[in-house]
Amino acid sequence: MSAANRPVSRPLSPHLQVYRPQLTSVLSISHRMTGIALSVGLVYLVAWLCAASGKGETYAMFAWFNTSVVGRIALFGWTFCLFYHLFNGIRHLFWDAGYGLELKDAYASGKAVVIGTLVATVGSWVLAFSLR
Amino acid sequence: MSGSNNAAARVRGLGSAKAGTHVWWTQRLTAAALVLLVAWFAVSLILNAQGNHAQVRAWIASPVSMVMLILTVLTGLWHAVLGLVEVIEDYVHAEGTKLGLIVAIKFFAALLAVASVVAVFRIAFGG
Repeated sequence: MSAANRPVSRPLSPHLQVYRPQLTSVLSISHRMTGIALSVGLVYLVAWLCAASGKGETYAMFAWFNTSVVGRIALFGWTFCLFYHLFNGIRHLFWDAGYGLELKDAYASGKAVVIGTLVATVGSWVLAFSLR
Repeated sequence: MSGSNNAAARVRGLGSAKAGTHVWWTQRLTAAALVLLVAWFAVSLILNAQGNHAQVRAWIASPVSMVMLILTVLTGLWHAVLGLVEVIEDYVHAEGTKLGLIVAIKFFAALLAVASVVAVFRIAFGG
């Protein structure tokens, strides 16, 4: 191998190990992580629909899991991911349209997304439990 | 000659504007649709998902729910495939693994898409 095309192992930017996390960067990677979690949630939703279309025993298994501790934690997590990805996605759509790109606006909308997600997640579970 | 400024790249729609922006645009379009669909989905689940089997089936079988549920699942799958492919392209650099994962995700999404429509139709028309 000639010296010119030998791979050079110099550090790559943005070199995450020495990068201090900020609200904006944490929210950015969270958008991806919640998106991946929601893809798994979509698999579960389709499985649940298939169970609902079938016999009672299969649906009863889903109903049992959904009301178990593990099931409730999973569903609560998916609720959180859904509202986060929804609100942060709207934030992204505004950016795509050219609005809210100033640093202070990006922080303000980021905080709004966090607050909105918490309120919507807890609020929908409180509402769901009150309707039982 | 490499890059996006040659005849082959132009035919494939790479480079500035044209169909090279198709994936980007589709991701935004499905996102905008999902803003409306997810709002319906969240409210409907809160109101209906806790019922017993018969109540849940009756909810799914209503015409509005059928249409909205199928739209939500299919648009969601489409949006998920675009997002997951983007993640794979960013983090998986071995060409074979990358291609294999992308194909697997698309096949699995197609399976889920058909399964969801069949499930909803079976509930509504299966008797």
